[in-house]
Amino acid sequence: MNGYFSSYLTVAVLLAIGLAVVSGALLVNRLLRPHRPTPEKLLTYECGVDPVGEGWAQSQVRYYVFTYLYVVFAVDAVFLFPWATIFAAPGFGVATLVEMFVFLAFIALGILYAWRKRVLTWT
Amino acid sequence: MNPTTGPTLVDFGHDPLWLSIIKAVFIFVVLMLGVLFGVWFERKLISRMQHRYGPNRAGKFGLLQSVADGLKMGLKEDIMPRTVDKVVYLLAPVIIAVPAFLAFSVMPFGPMVSIFGVETPLQLTDLPVAVLLVLAMASIGVYGIVLAGWGSRSPYAILGGLRSSAQVVSYEIAMGLSFVAVFLAAGTLSTSEIVAKQAGGGTWDVFGLEIPQPSWYAISLLPSFLIYAITMLGETNRVPFDLPEGEGELVGGFHTEYSSSLKFAMFMLAEYVNVFTVSGVAITLFLGGWRAPWPISIWEGANTGWWPMLWFFIKLVLVFAFFVWVRASLPRVRYDQLMAFGWKVLIPLNLAWILLYATLKALRVPESNKAFILTLGAIIVVGGLAIWFRFDTLLQRRREAKAAQIEEEFEQLREEPEAGGFPVPPLDLPHYHGVLPAGQASTAVKEVTSGSN
Amino acid sequence: MTSQVPDLWPPSAQEVVFLLLGVVALGSALLVVTTRQLVHAALWLVVCFGALAGGYLVLTAEFVAWVQVLIYVGAIVVLLLFGIMLTRAPIGRSAGLDSGNRVTAATVAVGTAAVLVTVVVQGFATAYTPLEPGGGAAATLGASIFRSWVLPFEALSVLLLAALIGAIVLSRTDIRPANPAADAGGPAAPTTPPHPPDPAPPPADGSGATAGETGSGRVSRDGG
Repeated sequence: MNGYFSSYLTVAVLLAIGLAVVSGALLVNRLLRPHRPTPEKLLTYECGVDPVGEGWAQSQVRYYVFTYLYVVFAVDAVFLFPWATIFAAPGFGVATLVEMFVFLAFIALGILYAWRKRVLTWT
Repeated sequence: MNPTTGPTLVDFGHDPLWLSIIKAVFIFVVLMLGVLFGVWFERKLISRMQHRYGPNRAGKFGLLQSVADGLKMGLKEDIMPRTVDKVVYLLAPVIIAVPAFLAFSVMPFGPMVSIFGVETPLQLTDLPVAVLLVLAMASIGVYGIVLAGWGSRSPYAILGGLRSSAQVVSYEIAMGLSFVAVFLAAGTLSTSEIVAKQAGGGTWDVFGLEIPQPSWYAISLLPSFLIYAITMLGETNRVPFDLPEGEGELVGGFHTEYSSSLKFAMFMLAEYVNVFTVSGVAITLFLGGWRAPWPISIWEGANTGWWPMLWFFIKLVLVFAFFVWVRASLPRVRYDQLMAFGWKVLIPLNLAWILLYATLKALRVPESNKAFILTLGAIIVVGGLAIWFRFDTLLQRRREAKAAQIEEEFEQLREEPEAGGFPVPPLDLPHYHGVLPAGQASTAVKEVTSGSN
Repeated sequence: MTSQVPDLWPPSAQEVVFLLLGVVALGSALLVVTTRQLVHAALWLVVCFGALAGGYLVLTAEFVAWVQVLIYVGAIVVLLLFGIMLTRAPIGRSAGLDSGNRVTAATVAVGTAAVLVTVVVQGFATAYTPLEPGGGAAATLGASIFRSWVLPFEALSVLLLAALIGAIVLSRTDIRPANPAADAGGPAAPTTPPHPPDPAPPPADGSGATAGETGSGRVSRDGG
């Protein structure tokens, strides 16, 4: 029990040190650096030419579809991990193998469908 | 602990707090110095590969170049454009930098040593799900990219951010899948135990012949390792997959609006720490971890005490040199090719390899029904081939149709100099190969009409 | 599960941490629905999911905790962010975020919470389970999935498949092969100046999609 929590406490210590160092560096930087803004400096840089119109932030639907594929496959991978760890244990073997074959066959149908619909082709 | 294989999970979680803090600070210092000299090493190595000198002014061999750069970034005026979302703009560098460090908490550097009288493994901590933590940290790092792109409020930044994050998530799947074979072989997700499993290969018993099994998973699980080696380049946005900062099209990508201030240095830091992390994972999961390779391992003391840290460090430098070598050798790939490669090649291949390896492993379980497994395997192979052939003919037809289409477009372009109403520069300029003035034969040179955008 | 009542007072460090994480989760969840800035709402959702993951960690369900980070924080919220960016994702406060049926929504939410809390308290008020380190590791979880819960696991694959196909059908209407007209209505269309008399009439089905794809691929779609 103590081993478990002190393991995660160590991770938390590293997280705390990381946050402290990064935010400390940004804070020190704020104190040290000069600050003399002019309207020209505060323009969006873009590619060096003065920006025209409003900055936009609209993405394409294909990014959405790829992220969706990512969700599906992340769930898939997450189920593969415990499967892989117990696969060689006694009492599993072939039945577990077939179960994973069926699971992956369904997922593979999904990627085949996406492929067939040319979602995977970046246009 | 087992003296021959090093620490396992039970050896962790007993450190007093002061020791954990010492180790954590040590990891931080090593990574920070690693970034400083990693940048120098990369610039120096790539210069030598290109017959240049590289940085050689600041300090001996230019060693202090990165220190000078870092100081400059720390003292420069920080320009924050007026239109940005301030919270998100400030948060992005922090979000990208901190998780990059966290992944190193489960990296094993060596076996048990004695620090100030306390027996402890040379690893900050280990968890039964350690590799999952590395993956989770990588997926949090994506936020830094998306938020930096969105918060900057600049077309180039948002395009770079979107592209970069789509690329990272695509390659993260392939990366996670390439770990599965390792878990199958090792039966655990804990990094120290995976290293221990690579300690000594068993033997394969083939027709009475005892063949020593290679102990590194890079050799016994070669397909996984190759896929991982590719995905680690894609995951860290390094050449040849460094499209997010394709200067010619996207200026600086998602960090365009972070002039060269300390916030930009955070992105730089995160990139290098991520490179170290994926290198460390490659070493731990595939290259035997901190254990000495064969010629050194003849010496009995090679895998005890503090020595393994040296082997780990040497391996890390070598893997990092591989990154630099790739950068010096390969051009950048096109974005559509990058995504197609990730989804159409890496992931299906990976799934097929996992199933193949699992089937082989099931065959080696003594009580299993071999005939059944073989029949199953045969059915799947035949089915897979059938799908592949179907796809092959389909793709072939599609490719021909596309080629014909492009040809037709060119015909059309040749006929009319106005290019079908598209806003193009005059196509009959002497240096332009698209269309030649009437009377001259057309050249064989072709433009790419479609591609990434 | 046992019905042996453990000591509840004084609370142990884990219980305090668990309670604090619960407060963080609840607070950030409230901020998700009350903040006026769309992208900040997504960020508060990250905090909420992170606190939930912390809760799982305290309950020694470490695999589930990291999966929560990997899937919910790393994938679902990124999906939401990309979804937000499909709109214009305005910076600063958006006026249109307030719905007219605020009160109804709040009532329904409070009602649901009340029902859930009652059910959980009624059902499990006297059931206690000891926390064992390693009880939530990958191997234990895998054993329990592949021994006892195989059918839900397989059903999940069908669910994922259905969701994937649904997302593709709904989102990529522009790539339906037999309908080149749909492509012309895509984002590239407004940027193309009026065509001179089209020299090549749209080809019949089959190669039609290829024509549309190449044609619009040439004009920047990201800028469209």
